[in-house]
Amino acid sequence: MAILPILRLPDARLKQVSQPVREFDQALLDFIADLDQTRRAGPAAVGIAAPQVGRHQRILILDCSGRPKVRAQGHLVLVNPEIVHWEGFAIGREGCLSVPDFTGNVIRATRLQLQAQDPGGAPVTLEMEGFEARAFQHELDHLDGLLFIDRLVSRRTDLFSRKVT
Amino acid sequence: MTDWTMLTLVGQDRPGIVARVTRVLCEAGCNLGEASMLRLGGNFTILLMVSGGACGADLAAVLAPVAAQLGLRVHLDPVQGGLHQHLVPNVTVRVAGADRAGIVADVTEILAEQGFNILELESDVAGDDARPVYIMNIEGHCPRTLEDLKQALSTLAARGVSVAVAAVDLLIG
Repeated sequence: MAILPILRLPDARLKQVSQPVREFDQALLDFIADLDQTRRAGPAAVGIAAPQVGRHQRILILDCSGRPKVRAQGHLVLVNPEIVHWEGFAIGREGCLSVPDFTGNVIRATRLQLQAQDPGGAPVTLEMEGFEARAFQHELDHLDGLLFIDRLVSRRTDLFSRKVT
Repeated sequence: MTDWTMLTLVGQDRPGIVARVTRVLCEAGCNLGEASMLRLGGNFTILLMVSGGACGADLAAVLAPVAAQLGLRVHLDPVQGGLHQHLVPNVTVRVAGADRAGIVADVTEILAEQGFNILELESDVAGDDARPVYIMNIEGHCPRTLEDLKQALSTLAARGVSVAVAAVDLLIG
């Protein structure tokens, strides 16, 4: 396994759209192991997406289980993930391994239904909420060439509590 | 370390102020750091970190013509510190209530007693002249638990002020 270099803003490769994974082989598993080791080596990241290390394939890893008071499903490797249904929205503060020394507020859906494949190619369906759903949307954005700074909301947007349940 | 000057500009708001002022600063060889521009009560206000190029008394001279043209008052302060000194908030406090004197003092005194460091504060008066409503949003860092903070702020409800406290769960992804 290896810790891979993380691309940082303003690297243009972060703006590139990633392609679906077609080959579920040992090379994919090896890459996923490296990607996860890279996530763990960083400053407490709850997720990472393949394009953050310059590999433009639709792969992301989430693990929000270390967060207190967060309902999470543990360590998830999601290949070719898609949002099937979403509900609600809330403002939360985000930062990114690819955008050091900056955090900001972003609006995300609060509940998700997802479909994806596991690292072996088997179909997976999942439901997520709250912090874990936020983390998923942050990582999914990477697969579409978007960073959280593309979605920052004005501080004044936050004057009213706009959580919709 | 770079020497920074905090530039404050206040004047009647109109389109193009930021563009004109920052072009003048750029042509004087200045770099810009962190900035916060807000329209407050119809006024243009900006706080802008400036370094390099013409600083100090020279900066006042550089800005004088554009400030005169745009009707801006200029204030310059040499400041300590610099970039990359962010503190991340862990608590957000939202306040709303019928506008009256003392709301900000009432809330922030309690926060200060809890060791709460305010990192951002914004407030506005909503409603109308007959029934003004004061709304304030504070983000900051507090070493106490959310429960302690809520308990300490609970006395405000009796004084007609609604206060909502929530954790800021920073997500790094």
